[in-house]
Amino acid sequence: MTDIHLKMIFGRLTWESFPIHEPILFGTFVVVVLLGLAIVGAVTWYRLWGYFWHEWFTSVDHKRIGIMYVILGIVMLLRGFADALMMRAQQAIAFGANEGYLPAHHYDQIFTAHGTIMIFFVAIPLVVGIINYVMPLQIGARDVAFPFLNNLSFWLTAAGAALTMISLFVGEFARTGWLSYAPLAGLAYSPDTGVDYYLWSLQIAGVGTTLSAINMVATIIKMRAPGMTMMKLPVFCWTALCSNVLAIAIFPALTAAFFLLMLDRYVGTNFFTNDLGGAPMMYWNMVWIWGHPEVYVLVLPAFGIYSEITSTFSGKRLFGYSSMVYATVVITILSYLVWLHHFFTMGAGPAVNSFFGIATMVISIPTGAKIFNWLFTMYRGDIRFELPMMWVVAFMLTFVVGGMTGVLLAIPPADFVLHNSLFLVAHFHNVIIGGVVFGLFAAIVYWFPKAFGFKLDPFWGKVAFWGWVVGYWVAWTPIYVVGLMGTARRVRHFDDPSLQPYFVIAAIGGLIILVGILGFVMSIVMGFVKRAELRDTTGDPWNGRTLEWSTTSPPPAYNFAFLPVVHDLDAWYDMKSRGYQRPADGFRPIHMPKNTGTGVILSALAFTLGFGMVWYIWWLALLSFVALLAVSIGHTFNLNRDTFIPADEVASTEDRRQPQLGMGA
Amino acid sequence: MSTHSLHTPRDTDIGTPGSAHGHDSRRSYRIGVALSILLTVVPFWLVMSKALPNPTATAAIIFVLAMIQIVVHVVSFLHLDTRSEGGWTLLAFLFTAVIVVLTIAGSVWVMYHLNANMMPMPDAAMGPMH
Repeated sequence: MTDIHLKMIFGRLTWESFPIHEPILFGTFVVVVLLGLAIVGAVTWYRLWGYFWHEWFTSVDHKRIGIMYVILGIVMLLRGFADALMMRAQQAIAFGANEGYLPAHHYDQIFTAHGTIMIFFVAIPLVVGIINYVMPLQIGARDVAFPFLNNLSFWLTAAGAALTMISLFVGEFARTGWLSYAPLAGLAYSPDTGVDYYLWSLQIAGVGTTLSAINMVATIIKMRAPGMTMMKLPVFCWTALCSNVLAIAIFPALTAAFFLLMLDRYVGTNFFTNDLGGAPMMYWNMVWIWGHPEVYVLVLPAFGIYSEITSTFSGKRLFGYSSMVYATVVITILSYLVWLHHFFTMGAGPAVNSFFGIATMVISIPTGAKIFNWLFTMYRGDIRFELPMMWVVAFMLTFVVGGMTGVLLAIPPADFVLHNSLFLVAHFHNVIIGGVVFGLFAAIVYWFPKAFGFKLDPFWGKVAFWGWVVGYWVAWTPIYVVGLMGTARRVRHFDDPSLQPYFVIAAIGGLIILVGILGFVMSIVMGFVKRAELRDTTGDPWNGRTLEWSTTSPPPAYNFAFLPVVHDLDAWYDMKSRGYQRPADGFRPIHMPKNTGTGVILSALAFTLGFGMVWYIWWLALLSFVALLAVSIGHTFNLNRDTFIPADEVASTEDRRQPQLGMGA
Repeated sequence: MSTHSLHTPRDTDIGTPGSAHGHDSRRSYRIGVALSILLTVVPFWLVMSKALPNPTATAAIIFVLAMIQIVVHVVSFLHLDTRSEGGWTLLAFLFTAVIVVLTIAGSVWVMYHLNANMMPMPDAAMGPMH
């Protein structure tokens, strides 16, 4: 076979694309393969493939999809955190004559992969997963508006994540930073597969995120329980609504920017190149039109989580519910008006810079209002400092500092000094770890008993808490300091030895966070081991206030045998205080959607399409694209989509639930 | 908690879109077509007859008429009003309009400011967005 033939079959994929000569990658590869084989072997040995396929992979149940999203997020968190530790280790030792252990081109891939994975495949799946699980239960619905779409959204996100992961062992990932700025990401400066992996993973996952956002908005608007007006909607659902509306508005901008960059890279257009009239800053502009609101897409649901937890654990109605709602809506709008603060140094004049600077500072007003609402909810409340509430307090203390450094950075002259410095990096880790990640852990601890019927192990949960909180401060305070002194971000090697102690402390902080992550994993493992004593028999382990606590833990597939009728904001608290009695008979058949494997198949095809395009394997890309269309069209003819759970099956399920709900009712 | 303007009555299930409107909607289509034709003919006439001496004024009028045209289409063909879906369609439309205007106007403004703080370049062809 000649070279031409091989090129036709394999595109630019050759033996050199497999990094067997790089010991770090090869070692990781061996470990991943062994682990993968062990998992596949175990699943085969216990004959679980059928169970996983029928009960999970093809499931359209919002609860199972939510759990799969969270698992994806946690797995990718481990990958993203491994990258973080590698960077911390490199920066702690690479001073003076010591070059560290990572070559530049590997280090650049690591910081790109870390950022990309942490935002797109950790934060987004965790937030979407928790919204998926909790929101339909909170609004008293049996599923989301478009159950199949929900399954497809998840698998598209997973396909994007898989494409990013495979770049570790086949070819390489982008070396262009987590937003792959043009013109660096153009073909002229990044001719290899890295940026293509980046673009295709994020485009595929982005379709999933957009579809999921549409689904969630439709669900909240159309499927609330009778009596639940918008101003009786739990705050978490309000924030989920605003977050998803924002996601629908912004993801097209990112998709368009990536699409134009793809055209630049594949067909030689010049949208974002340096010459022939290209405008690289237009790429920054479009990417940040997505990028800044995206921060709020992530943090708004976290604010909702804090609100639910503060109210539950203070034993009080949330202080200032309507001001919380308006603050959320105002943040939603304002977050769309600040994107330029990410590139003040572009060269824009004072009019543009001051407009965006002031708009940025204004956002801190509704956010500050929220902080005061939580504080006033706690004020004279009967506070129980259980784990979820501990996360809330840690959030308030940590996030406020991040908010203040944000306002500092919003001042254009200050930003001119701090742009691209580690101060900025410390700032956004401060708000994302302190705001989003703490909220997600709070949510996992809070709703875990609902999802699995037993609480997480409290001791290991506290290890996770202290590991993360202490680790965060130890890791990032020195980075704030060196950043303020002017150290640039994304640097692999330093000349000034006086900076080394700061980076050593930061690396120690990273190790403390590792303790937190291991503690979190252990809290799940030990919770499972001790599930008999941690079991939630009431369905309402925290004395909750919203509707998800009115059903069993875990809820039946149909969530509620009878749709609840809502009279008050804290619907379940209201039902409890009026002595709600659960109906014991009169069950009717329940109309439910049927499982389908189409989402898995479509996503597998999308993955193949992406892989083919990355490696220029045109026949594979074309084939999977045609198959993608054919399967999508074919699915529209599948009319066998729904089923009825017969009334006696509902009755027998409810009977089994009876002892559980005895106390809660 | 009092009811609020965003309140959606759950019982307004609209079924097939448009079906509830009946002959009412046929009337709105007629009005829509008539207005659309008028709003299309006037710009053509303005351009072809050169009725206004100033081309900027012509362009401005055409722009305004095009905006009105959008509203006519949305109201009479897509039946956007304050009642359908409890006001959610109107809210969604307005939100979309705000976002699109912000994105486009903002981007144009930002990109025209690209070089405001830069040193003048000897090569004059290096302007933004050409």
